[in-house]
Order: sequence, then C-alpha cells, then structure tokens
Amino acid sequence: MKIAFSTSGETLEAPLDSRFGRAPKFILYDLERDYFEVIDNRQNLNTSQGAGIQSAETIARSGVGCIVTGHCGPKAFRVLSAAGIAVYNCGEATVADALKAFREGTLKTMDSADVEGHWI
Amino acid sequence: MILAVASGKGGTGKTTVSVNLARQLGSGVQLLDCDVEEPNTNLFLDCTEPEEEIFGIPVPCVDEALCDGCGECGRFCQFHAIVSFGTKPVIFPEMCHGCGGCMAVCPKRAISEVSQRMGLIETSRSGNITLIQGRLDIGVSMAPPLIRAVKARLQDGMPAILDAPPGTSCPVIATLRGTDMVVLVTEPTPFGLHDLKLAVDMVRELRIPFGVVVNRMGIGDDRVYAFCGKEGIPILLEIPYDRRIAEICSRGELIVDALPEYSSLFATLLWNIKELRGMERRASYVRSAN
Repeated sequence: MKIAFSTSGETLEAPLDSRFGRAPKFILYDLERDYFEVIDNRQNLNTSQGAGIQSAETIARSGVGCIVTGHCGPKAFRVLSAAGIAVYNCGEATVADALKAFREGTLKTMDSADVEGHWI
Repeated sequence: MILAVASGKGGTGKTTVSVNLARQLGSGVQLLDCDVEEPNTNLFLDCTEPEEEIFGIPVPCVDEALCDGCGECGRFCQFHAIVSFGTKPVIFPEMCHGCGGCMAVCPKRAISEVSQRMGLIETSRSGNITLIQGRLDIGVSMAPPLIRAVKARLQDGMPAILDAPPGTSCPVIATLRGTDMVVLVTEPTPFGLHDLKLAVDMVRELRIPFGVVVNRMGIGDDRVYAFCGKEGIPILLEIPYDRRIAEICSRGELIVDALPEYSSLFATLLWNIKELRGMERRASYVRSAN
C-alpha cells in the first residue's frame, strides 16, 4: 500500500505540514518497496476556495490508500471518504517520524473533519 | 440611462450619493442596491413593505441509478463543485456557479438541476423611487449571480441608479457591466486616492464613461484633485466635510430632505452627469462618423 504525507519538503526529514488542503507537496510512500515519490500541490496555495477539494482529488488520483496529515477540513474529508481513503491525524514533526508512528500503529484514523474550512 | 455609483474604498459615500441623487431626480427612478452582501439603502427611505422573491441558482443533482462513475462531470468543472472517482460524484453546491456544464457533458444524462437558494430580491417603493435590493443569505459567498438577478429586474424606459459594492472585484464588475456611466465616489485622503486609482483602472478597462465625486471635502490633501487633473477625469461634485451631514446620515435621513442648504449639491451633480453624458454621446458620434 502507498500512503501520502502532507509536507513542505522533498525528503523524509522534511516537516509534516499540518495543513492538508494547502500543503505545498505530498510524499507518497510505498510501504512494500520502501520507496517514495514527491508530488507537487502548489497549484492550490493561491486558490481562494476549494483547495481542500483539489488536494483531495490529487490524492485520490495518486492511488494511495491513506493520507497522514495534521488537520483535514470538511470538504476535503468528504472527497477522501468518497474515494475510500483513510485520513490519519498526526502531530509528529517530520515525515520520517510520522511514517514510524504509522508503522507502529499509534496513529488514529479520523471519522470526520477536525477543523473548519480556512482554519489557518 | 443606467448610472452606477461605485468606489474603490469602502465607506466613501456611495449609498449617500445614490439615494440622494435618486430623490433629487424627482421623477420615477429605479434604485438598485447591488451591495448584496450588506444591502442598506432601505435604511434611508420610508419604503413600502417589500415584495420578497427567493433567488437560487441551479446546482447538479445526480441520479445514482444512471451514473456509471465515468468522471466527465468532475473533469469539466473548473470550480471543483462536482468531484468523481469512479464512484457517485460528490457535490459541493456552495462551490457551484450554476453553469450547467456538468449536466451537458454527462454521457448518461444522469445529472439534473435543483435550485440552491442564495438569497432574496426585495422590491419596495418610496415616493418616486422603486427600490430593488438583493440580500445574500448568510454563509453564501458568491454575490455575482444574485447581482445579475437584481439587474435583470430593471425595466426599460425608466432611469436607474445602481449602488455598487465597494472594491474592484467580481461583484463590482457584475454591477458595472452594461451601465451607461459610472460615478466614482472618493475622499481626498491617501487611502481614498489609492483605491480611486484602482477603480479608475477598472472602469477604463470596462470602457464606461465616468466622473468623480469627492466626499468629505476639506480633509486630507489635494492629491486626489492633482490625479484627476492629470488624468483628465471630471470632478462632478464635492460634498463638504460637515458634521450635520454625518448626523443626518446616521439617522437614516436624506441630505436633500433634511439639509435644504445642501439640496443644490445633488441638483449640480445631476446637471453635471447629464452634461458628461451629452459630451460622451457627441464624442462617440464623432468617433463613429470618422
């Protein structure tokens, strides 16, 4: 399975971005092959509305099974749910730490959006 | 003639100018409050009980039995109001601009439209003025469709004054499009000048003849006048900075009714607007003749 992490960098040492909709990049990590790729999400940084929806579409099309991020708003959550993608809430500082927590099974899935849209 | 009253900066006196000008006209006039996010023109007029009409835009509704999840609708929509990944589409009515595109591209004809309420259109009367106000519902962010609906109520053959929202963004463009002339209200301050310049760029882009009303004359500096002089922009009126004007506005009264000594202001404005209109018509006649 591949999992996505919201981030502002391009390595596993990069910080985990607490924003889902307006995260500059996503790291897609393949758990079976221990390999990752980076996809750009900058198109969303300047949209006034619908950033969460677009990010969720990007994630859904990337073929991942779940997303690990800080917070997720209501519109993004609806799209991710419809696409059958689990959302894991995580407070870890870096992508590597978040990946470790995921592997250890300490992360919890969210069953609803945990912030309002435009929360930051 | 359809006249729009706009400004860059908010709080310069658009509504004050619109409503006093409408009353000064004396004969039948349509006054449209296009600031649908916070309409307030009714506060200045003793109006009849408004007739209310619910306004909505068409948003998609998907018949699950017909949808095969092809995703054409989601690929078409630039506003991400409908999203599909081989499943039943997820619809966000609040993002929808009501264009009907998703319905048109759906190969299975699985999409129909339902009306999503956006607000109210209120029509009332006060003497010579027919007031038409749009009132966007709380939580709705898209003003232009309601503004266009308010403008669609305009009757031909009767002059109209459109009180625009502040700024230079989509709701203002939606208000100004198709008008014959624009009055830009400003104040002679650095902030007023800064936003006046933005408004001038906008009106020039729209190619609508315009002039400036300077409100609160006496405060600030002379840079608004210098700018208008340099750009050849006519100043149609100056409204003095006078506490009595502020007082009667805060009581919801009209300058032309409550302050007889200032009633000539709006007669002057009316005259200057007609002059400017005449000049523009002659200029456009000369342009077309050449």
